[in-house]
Amino acid sequence: MAVIETMNLTKKFGGFTALSGVNLKLNEGEIYGFIGPNGAGKSTTIRILLGILKATEGSVKIFGKDAWTEAVEVHKRIAYVPGDVNLWPNLTGGEVIDLFGSLRGGIDNRKRDELMKRFELDPSKKCRTYSKGNRQKVALVAAFSANAELYILDEPTSGLDPLMEQVFQECIREVKDAGKSVLLSSHILSEVEKLCDRVGIIRQGKIIETGTLNELRHLTRTNLVVETKKPITNLLSLPGVHEIEGNGHAASFQVDSEQLDSVVKHISQFGVVKLESAPPTLEDLFMQHYEGAGIPEVEVGGISE
Amino acid sequence: MISILYNKTGRLTRFILRRDRLRLPIWILGIAFFTFIIPGAFLELYPSQQERDIMAGTMKNPAMIAIAGPADFDHYTIGVMTAHQMLIFTAIVVGLMSILLVTRHTRADEEDGRIELIRSLPVGRLSTLNATIMVYVITYILLALIVGLGLFTLDIEGMDLEGSMLYGAVLGSTGVFFTGLTALFAQVSQSSRGTIGLSISVLIIAYILRAVGDVSNEKISWFSPLGLVTQTEVYSSNNWWPVLALCVASILLIVAAYYLNTIRDMGEGFLPSRPGRKHASIFLQSPIGLILRLQRTGLISWALGMFVMGVSYGSILGDLEAFFDGSQELQKMLVTEEGYSLIEQFLPMLMMVMAILAAIPAIMSINKLYGEEKKQRIEHVLGRAVSRTSLMRSYLVIASINGCVMLSLAAVGLWLAGSLVVTDGLEFSLVYGAAITYFPATLVMIGLATALIGWLPKKTSVIWIYISYSFFVLYLGKLFQFPEWVGKLSPFGFIPQVPMEEMDWLTTILLIVMAVIFSIIGMMGYSRRDIQG
Repeated sequence: MAVIETMNLTKKFGGFTALSGVNLKLNEGEIYGFIGPNGAGKSTTIRILLGILKATEGSVKIFGKDAWTEAVEVHKRIAYVPGDVNLWPNLTGGEVIDLFGSLRGGIDNRKRDELMKRFELDPSKKCRTYSKGNRQKVALVAAFSANAELYILDEPTSGLDPLMEQVFQECIREVKDAGKSVLLSSHILSEVEKLCDRVGIIRQGKIIETGTLNELRHLTRTNLVVETKKPITNLLSLPGVHEIEGNGHAASFQVDSEQLDSVVKHISQFGVVKLESAPPTLEDLFMQHYEGAGIPEVEVGGISE
Repeated sequence: MISILYNKTGRLTRFILRRDRLRLPIWILGIAFFTFIIPGAFLELYPSQQERDIMAGTMKNPAMIAIAGPADFDHYTIGVMTAHQMLIFTAIVVGLMSILLVTRHTRADEEDGRIELIRSLPVGRLSTLNATIMVYVITYILLALIVGLGLFTLDIEGMDLEGSMLYGAVLGSTGVFFTGLTALFAQVSQSSRGTIGLSISVLIIAYILRAVGDVSNEKISWFSPLGLVTQTEVYSSNNWWPVLALCVASILLIVAAYYLNTIRDMGEGFLPSRPGRKHASIFLQSPIGLILRLQRTGLISWALGMFVMGVSYGSILGDLEAFFDGSQELQKMLVTEEGYSLIEQFLPMLMMVMAILAAIPAIMSINKLYGEEKKQRIEHVLGRAVSRTSLMRSYLVIASINGCVMLSLAAVGLWLAGSLVVTDGLEFSLVYGAAITYFPATLVMIGLATALIGWLPKKTSVIWIYISYSFFVLYLGKLFQFPEWVGKLSPFGFIPQVPMEEMDWLTTILLIVMAVIFSIIGMMGYSRRDIQG
């Protein structure tokens, strides 16, 4: 069953098109990585999912319910962490967490105390004294101690240190083990790569690529590093070989996935001493899309966050 | 040794002047401007000494002395009158100016990490504090001279050179005193809010101590910086010793601030920062609880303010006859009618003023809904199981109760003070009835503000223009004899002037219906539009 399903979602701010025809589907129990540069429309999409912004066109369903008209019903089953966590300066972190819990309809107090320990959050401090990372912890503790079915997280780790990021990743895995669904917007690609089952890449208000990491990798190149006894010749003339570096006996290059077979056959003639192959990282994928290779410029731009 | 403490003070002084190049002139010119227009206004309102003596009579009661302080009531010249009614309040404004500006350059800069940047440069440890003090001492010397010479050049009878210079010197020395006090608290407290809070508390305590002292025992007033202000008796006996006392106290405070600054670590204070609650109380579990908590401080301060305003209006009721006989201007503003006592005639106008003022905190309260939205905090609430209509309804309920409480407190204050000074006593139902009749108009204002938030959120401030219009037209309208429809453009213009007029239930109900309709329109817009941020 689809937990989130948007069909042809379009959002205009006056004459400016922030999202055009976004189709996004998140299945139950899945962790969906939503990636894209600043201003691509990630936050706008998420705010529409939350019923804070109203879609100009298209349908947005969460748990099969309309995200706008049935927002309250939907919100009882989700937990949300915004990208910029702005809190009330004169309330303490602990007060905010409890308030969020009761506005949502109850939280698990034992879970809350445990999470505050794991995230090393001092709940007795006023929000005014919290750093960005600490404000994010407040929102994360409130979200993960809620017994939600869907977690919508908008760049939740941008202010966390590496140790806390580790804790965050553990929390996501626990949530996944419990069969919950997660929409994780991020531009920390290593994080998305580690956690997500499927990825959607958004650029200038359009989803330009979506699928599992494996599916996406298929569309792209594998990194190869080889050392041979005899110098390799004619490498450049082979189809599907890119970014060659090195000389004669040692070389590193990228190969289009569909040409891998013929390239490996070719280099084996020179007596392979060492062969390393690495799948493309998400970063490679991302850069490939964002350098604009093969993607026509569309008539929309990002919004400022 | 000197350079490790004070290196580059001069450069930092120029830097502070650069940062305050608009703030300082605005404060100084604002204070000077209001000081200069008042004596002229008094001269116009009370042209003869006879009228001024009547005014002196009205001011010569414990309630007014508690508010404004003692004065030479036997020689109530324009000068004495100005000093009596203006000096203490101007001194409070000067005190506030010191508190806000000095905090800005000391603890606030430290809290935001800007002083750390400066200190990493070859700058002395005390240089920022030293530069701040220098700037404000010079500022207040300037203020003293401008006000002193300015008042003298007004060339009004009873305002001689010595008195005028003393008037300026009192304001200047008060400013320096609060500069020193704030500098000291900036060392003691760890946050800029704490610094401002402590300093303002002293300002309030100083005022209360002075009020108590002036009414009961003068010696108590000597311990209050504001008490010293009223002890100067400007334009009559011209005492200079309180100015001297303020200067000596200022030096002590500044020395103490310097000392504490040298013995503490940067970023630290001397008061322990108190840990807050670890969990939300039962109270803070709903949108209503959250709204009340966020508006608590404002609510209490406004409530106190409304009550004090009621008390001060009430305290003049006893001398009303004398007051009105003395001023033709005021007589014009009354609905003169036979068969009613002067108090009954005066009440509706008082109530109208109080009702419009009491609507201000209520509108501020409802406008917070949009304020929270702009600060991107409303999405925490709407992103959970709270609908937009129920959130807006909570704000409406709070704002309406706010308006009712403010109006009631003003009325209760007026009645309490009034029943003490009016010889035959004052009936509570008369006063309260006249006040609460205005409540439907407040509701209409709240409803309009709601409609703006729902449909034109960026134009929410339009409501303030409407409030100012209502005040201007209804308060001064009678004086200028505007046509009646001008007043009817404001909901406050429809309210029957109880007890002078009959209670008009139809209008009252219609106003309430209008308020409800505006609120519903607002909710419809609010649940239809995008949340900004």
